[in-house]
Amino acid sequence: MPVLWLFLIVLAVAILGYLLGRARALSAAPEGRRGLHSLPVYYGANVALKVLVPALGILILWLLVQPFVIDRAVSGTIPDSDIAEGASRGLVMSEVARVADGVKAAVGAGTMPAAMAADPSPDLEAVTQALKDAGQVVTGDVTQTVFAAAQKYNAMAAQGGLYMTILVLLAAAAGCVMGLHEAKPDFRARNVVEKGIRALLIAAASIAILTTVGIVLSLIFNTVEFFRLYPASQFFFSLEWAPSFSGRGGASELGILPLLWGTLYISFVALAVAVPIGLFAAIYLSEYASPRLRAVAKPLLEVLAGIPTIVYGLFALLTVGPLLVSVFGDGGYLGVSWQGGGRAVMTAGLVMGIMLIPFVSSLSDDIINAVPQAMRDGSYGLGATQSETIKQVVLPAALPGIVGAILLAASRAIGETMIVVLGAGAAARLSLNPFEAMTTVTAKIVSQLTGDSDFASPEALVAFALGMSLFVITLGLNVVALAIVRKYREQYD
Amino acid sequence: MNDMRIIERGTLVNDIKISAKGVQVYYADNHAIKDVDVEIEDKTVTAFIGPSGCGKSTFLRCLNRMNDTIDICRVEGHIAIDGQDIYDPQVDPVQLRAKVGMVFQKPNPFPKSIYDNIAYGPRIHGLARNKAELDEIVEKSLRRGAIWDEVKDRLDAPGTSLSGGQQQRLCIARAVATEPEVLLMDEPCSALDPIATSQVEELIDELRQSFSVVIVTHSMQQAARVSQKTAFFHLGNLVEYGETGKIFTNPEDSRTESYITGRIG
Ligand SMILES: Nc1ncnc2c1ncn2[C@@H]1O[C@H](COP(=O)(O)OP(=O)(O)OP(=O)(O)O)[C@@H](O)[C@H]1O
Ligand SMILES: [Mg+2]
Repeated sequence: MPVLWLFLIVLAVAILGYLLGRARALSAAPEGRRGLHSLPVYYGANVALKVLVPALGILILWLLVQPFVIDRAVSGTIPDSDIAEGASRGLVMSEVARVADGVKAAVGAGTMPAAMAADPSPDLEAVTQALKDAGQVVTGDVTQTVFAAAQKYNAMAAQGGLYMTILVLLAAAAGCVMGLHEAKPDFRARNVVEKGIRALLIAAASIAILTTVGIVLSLIFNTVEFFRLYPASQFFFSLEWAPSFSGRGGASELGILPLLWGTLYISFVALAVAVPIGLFAAIYLSEYASPRLRAVAKPLLEVLAGIPTIVYGLFALLTVGPLLVSVFGDGGYLGVSWQGGGRAVMTAGLVMGIMLIPFVSSLSDDIINAVPQAMRDGSYGLGATQSETIKQVVLPAALPGIVGAILLAASRAIGETMIVVLGAGAAARLSLNPFEAMTTVTAKIVSQLTGDSDFASPEALVAFALGMSLFVITLGLNVVALAIVRKYREQYD
Repeated sequence: MNDMRIIERGTLVNDIKISAKGVQVYYADNHAIKDVDVEIEDKTVTAFIGPSGCGKSTFLRCLNRMNDTIDICRVEGHIAIDGQDIYDPQVDPVQLRAKVGMVFQKPNPFPKSIYDNIAYGPRIHGLARNKAELDEIVEKSLRRGAIWDEVKDRLDAPGTSLSGGQQQRLCIARAVATEPEVLLMDEPCSALDPIATSQVEELIDELRQSFSVVIVTHSMQQAARVSQKTAFFHLGNLVEYGETGKIFTNPEDSRTESYITGRIG
């Protein structure tokens, strides 16, 4: 029975149980709702919970575990002698799984008679042809071992599916009966349901947290793997980034410093653009602009934040880069030849700065608005002008929050990739000239993993070490930023 | 009303400091002040009393144009200080507010040190030529605000770290530090204990030597103790205005009498 049907049946049982439970609770209390511990809906919900949780739990667990069990059992039946030179058991097993799926599909499509699928020693050429006719991907001819294993695979899967269906339905029925049995006036259904809801919320929260933990763990494992292949001291202190072509061996220089320098330099340029403009825009919007203007201008500014970064990257590549070259490049308006090509720290930094303006301005605007009006009144009441009030009262009061906003923008800048890939170039360089092409940690992660790379080589694994370093830096920035913002919040609550 | 010491008051007539004629205030459609005429004397303490929401704060805020900062607020009529119309386009509200100080209903210290809170006004108006003079102004103001002894050892602590009553006295000291000619006080003692209250009342009495003080209060006793003139507001109208002694002993309007004796409000 398909899993979807099973799921729908369990759901139907739950709904039925809900209705029955509610009715039963009501009929069990002759004096009406007053006689019940909880509202009737809670008795119904209790039955539904008792149906859903165990049945769906078994279903999910079974679906997760069954493939492993079958895989092990089937893989044990393949003799070592049948595993080709250079291939591994895992490779053969994936072939088996493919054929098993293929046979099922071919039988369903009618290109393979059911008798052939069950035949212990069929005509293998016919089998291959039937699979191909059904549109299945088959590499080469199906061997006898693989076909036999596939048959066993399918048989076990069918059997497992049957057991699972029976078990799930039994669990649902048992839950229903138990829940209905409990639907008596003095049963504390509300407390049970509340607990169930709490468990549901906890489960949702833990999925989010566990995913994060999983990502971090995978980063850590791969980073450790990388450091086993490549000395950490060289990664952190080497001044050179010169990976050899991936997987070809040879000595690669994988120093993070040139990349980190590029990252920080570009972020610095970006913040130098975004912070003053964003902050002044925020002050204008929150203190000077009329409410009507503000209602129009603020969303417009926030549209900037909605533009995909790849579009900013194109803007950098096609507009800002050439423009800068025509000013600072050879034969440009200034008559200097600082800039060689369109891709440069300046190009990426300027465009990234534009991207960050709405971050700084929108957050700062909210923070400035949160400064109580009474504070401004106090200042005006002493005969201060508007700019004195802003400079000496409003901004100091909002400063911690603004610093937090800037740090958040900084961690955005450090993690930004597309603008850098398109605007800053690919040369890892330690240079002070902002008109030279440089590259960043993120851009190099992309280039190390694109193309066909061998994921076991240090040239590919270095991406994890780079990612880990970035993660630590941005995490640190975010923690500091949040701590500052929180401290600021406490002041006025 | 036996516990009220209604002192013999000098009936000597002072010059008129503030004169308001036909003042109307609207918050959007809400008519908050209705046709108020009042003349506030120099070197006098004037008390505004009246039930909550009757417009005392609103009228007070008209006198230093603080209502300008509220978008929906519209003020009509004529208000003059020393004969000069303060709503004249020629008048700079910033200068006006330096002359007419204000203490707000809720304490609102700046998120700065206690010292900088007090020094704020003197600094922006250039009242001190050097650090020593500024120190002197700060100490004098804190003493007048009856809070010097509590904060003299921690002038660098943030003003927001003080208790509510201390903050209010800090705000009084801050307003006094700019040496205004008129001081508007909106319920300055509502968060103070009796000792601090009597210190602030002493301060008000002392300020009367040189300034004109307008105080909003919900305490009849306080109004009777500190003021020479009393104005009773009700539902946006100025119901009665006159000598404090007369308002409290022999009010002309029945609403005033009911309010003072606690029957409306
Ligand atoms: N900022 C404002 N926006 C809109 N309406 C306001 C505003 N401030 C006051 N009002 C309205 O004006 C009227 C008078 O308010 P006001 O604050 O002057 O009363 P009050 O006499 O000071 O009262 P209380 O003794 O409670 O302080 C009230 O009806 C109030 O709703
Ligand atoms: Mg008020």
